[in-house]
Amino acid sequence: MSTFYFIAFLSIFFSILVISAKNPVHSILYLILTFFTFTIHYILMNAQFLAIVNFIVYMGAILVLFLYTLMLINLNKDSEPVKPFMIKFAGVFGGGILAVALAASLKSLGASDPVILKNPDLGLVKNLGKVLFNEFLLPFEVSSVLLLSAMVGAVLLATKDPKTAA
Amino acid sequence: MESLTNTIHAVPLNHYILLSTIIFSIGVMGVLIRRNAIVIFMSVELMLNAVNLLLTAFSVYMGDASGQVFVFFIMALAAAEVAVGLAIIVMIYRNTNSIDINVLNRLKW
Repeated sequence: MSTFYFIAFLSIFFSILVISAKNPVHSILYLILTFFTFTIHYILMNAQFLAIVNFIVYMGAILVLFLYTLMLINLNKDSEPVKPFMIKFAGVFGGGILAVALAASLKSLGASDPVILKNPDLGLVKNLGKVLFNEFLLPFEVSSVLLLSAMVGAVLLATKDPKTAA
Repeated sequence: MESLTNTIHAVPLNHYILLSTIIFSIGVMGVLIRRNAIVIFMSVELMLNAVNLLLTAFSVYMGDASGQVFVFFIMALAAAEVAVGLAIIVMIYRNTNSIDINVLNRLKW
């Protein structure tokens, strides 16, 4: 039980560091640590498939993509001009108000039951594969079209057009 | 593995909701206070992940596997979104030589 609270504390701590780090590269490295704590959360809930997918897709693919883009974009000038203090304060205040409102609406639910794993092989690959390829077969196929169109769009956007380049 | 999953047995569902709420709000704050487009994008990823964690917690709580399948779809969507979004950021950098979003204030009016 205390493992959950320790990992939850680490998640919150690293995600605060993500948005407060001055250097964007440090931000990305803290984001990797945050996602690693999320992977541990998934393992604690015995969602093994999601833990592995989170590890491979998020930490392996998406964050490397971020890191590459950041390296391509030359940021060696101490670039980011900071927002004025009032706007920063307003942003933190607004986010805090959102958190307080959501937590207060949670309070009205009253005490909740503990999360108990009724079916231990709920999140295993075998069980999830059965659900994915029976009930969710059409969305699965449609998501492949989505990924293909995203790839085409990304290539189209990022290539330099020789005609319009001034 | 059995002893590992025994550790969550006493965690109430409310605490998972609270954790996701806090991380989602941190993502909102990041979008509001930063000016670097890539950091803003990373805050959006943080919000997506908070929702993923909450969906998984509810899925385990209800004993229904559909929630975890939805998380899988959200991850596929996030991969597509990141590819397109980073391409847009690269194009913005090529046109304006910075990734400061305050340069892009023409869309405001």
